[in-house]
Amino acid sequence: MCGIVGLMMKHASQRESLGRLLVPMFECMAERGPDSAGLAVFSDPVPEGQRRFSLFQPDCDWPALERAFREQTRADGPWQAVANHATLVSSIAPGDLKAWLAECDPSPHLLSVGRYIDVYKDMGHPSEISRRYQFSKLAGSHAIGHTRMATESAVSPAHAHPFTAGEDFCLVHNGSLSNPYMLRRRLEAQNLHFETDNDTEAACRFIEWRMQQGQQLDQALQTAFTELDGFYTLLIATESQLTLVRDAFACKPAVVAETDDYVAISSEFRSLAHLPGVADANIFEPLPEEIYSWKV
Amino acid sequence: MESVKQLERLDLAKMSVRELNQFLHHELPRLGIKHVEILNPNGMHNIAVGLDADVEVDIRGHAGYFIGGMNKRARITVHGSVGWSVAENIMSGSVRVTGNASECAGASGHGGLVVIEGNASSRCGISMKGCDIVVGGSVGHVSAFMAQAGHLVVCGSAGPSLGDSLYEAVIYVRGKIHSLGADAREEPMTDTDRAKVAELLKRANIDYAASEFKRVGSARSLYHWNSDANQHY
Repeated sequence: MCGIVGLMMKHASQRESLGRLLVPMFECMAERGPDSAGLAVFSDPVPEGQRRFSLFQPDCDWPALERAFREQTRADGPWQAVANHATLVSSIAPGDLKAWLAECDPSPHLLSVGRYIDVYKDMGHPSEISRRYQFSKLAGSHAIGHTRMATESAVSPAHAHPFTAGEDFCLVHNGSLSNPYMLRRRLEAQNLHFETDNDTEAACRFIEWRMQQGQQLDQALQTAFTELDGFYTLLIATESQLTLVRDAFACKPAVVAETDDYVAISSEFRSLAHLPGVADANIFEPLPEEIYSWKV
Repeated sequence: MESVKQLERLDLAKMSVRELNQFLHHELPRLGIKHVEILNPNGMHNIAVGLDADVEVDIRGHAGYFIGGMNKRARITVHGSVGWSVAENIMSGSVRVTGNASECAGASGHGGLVVIEGNASSRCGISMKGCDIVVGGSVGHVSAFMAQAGHLVVCGSAGPSLGDSLYEAVIYVRGKIHSLGADAREEPMTDTDRAKVAELLKRANIDYAASEFKRVGSARSLYHWNSDANQHY
């Protein structure tokens, strides 16, 4: 199992409500995935030339790490740390940050890079994680979340979803792939680096790699339909859109509720039942191998 | 002596599904209640499963998975849509959904009637074993997969691989069939078929002419192993 949720607010004036509306969806889906969880939120971009970096390190002395960062890299940027998570906004190049992180001991995990995205992942019950990072206070245009019940690789923060690749691109997955190693070998031959042995990471990097090769997301997903073998409901977010697809057999659930104010997606309707106006929403089940996209 | 209460309203905002089902299994037959209304289902699973009582049950709103599963005798209506596996393993009585149903509606049902007034998605009637299913709209892919007995009536269209590996269940489709599954074939409608469709539509309270329907049955070529088939069927 596993639960996925996504919410996009259609009006800028309602972006403050994103976290407040999403948290009950996320916590309800804990019943489908109680071992670890994660969430990606897209909010107002940092200025051109800067990036937002999400970092994860259990029991980290964040102020000490921030001091070391300033002294050793001479790079700018405020750090905001809560529990095992920190967000750094800086003009440092992602490659330079990765090289510096690799030298740290312990080496914090870089969860996401981009001007819009912030990613949180941790182990434990999703309600606990939601409280730990105050998800209900998150504001933004859209967010996707995942509650994991691990079936194919270890339970760790790194194996939790969302997975990210490139910049401002992330994906959550309910299902299991049967050819992730084949995809992975193909991508490693293109010098792509993997952080885990998780099947979803292979799908995430494959789709983002197709986009790096010049395909639009929709085209990359058409390629993925022929290349990914297995079961999947995938919810993908970039800075400009939210996209939902299911495999040819539609073995994993998904339901969409759309109103004039929001698009809400979940594995199960019960996690949408609290949303305002849901009784009059357009509620539908996405068809297999159809691409559903909503623009910010 | 306790007086017989005709209508009992049960609110899932105030009680758990387990408490509700325990009431429906134990208290309801003892009290002789004939009509139950269930409020605030809010997509919850397993509502009114395993009933064995002569009772009307109205569920007001959208409900989740396995609604009315294993039903015996009760007449359950969901005034809304349902998730996966509504009326799974139904034995008798009826389960009606006024909206749409997600996957596996009426899966492995042995008897009774399942009515989906809207659309049913994939695998509707999978492995049905004698129940009757009437869908007012369309059904998704691989519906009536390995269906063994009973009837599936589809008033709209049918998705890919209808009736794959069909046994002795019979499918009637009014609209377009995207494709038939392995061993399913279109067969001529007889007077008996038309009478059956008319009877089921009447019981479902859905108004179409039986003459508009096509019949799909099993070619029975998968019943026996054919060593010369070389895995081509």
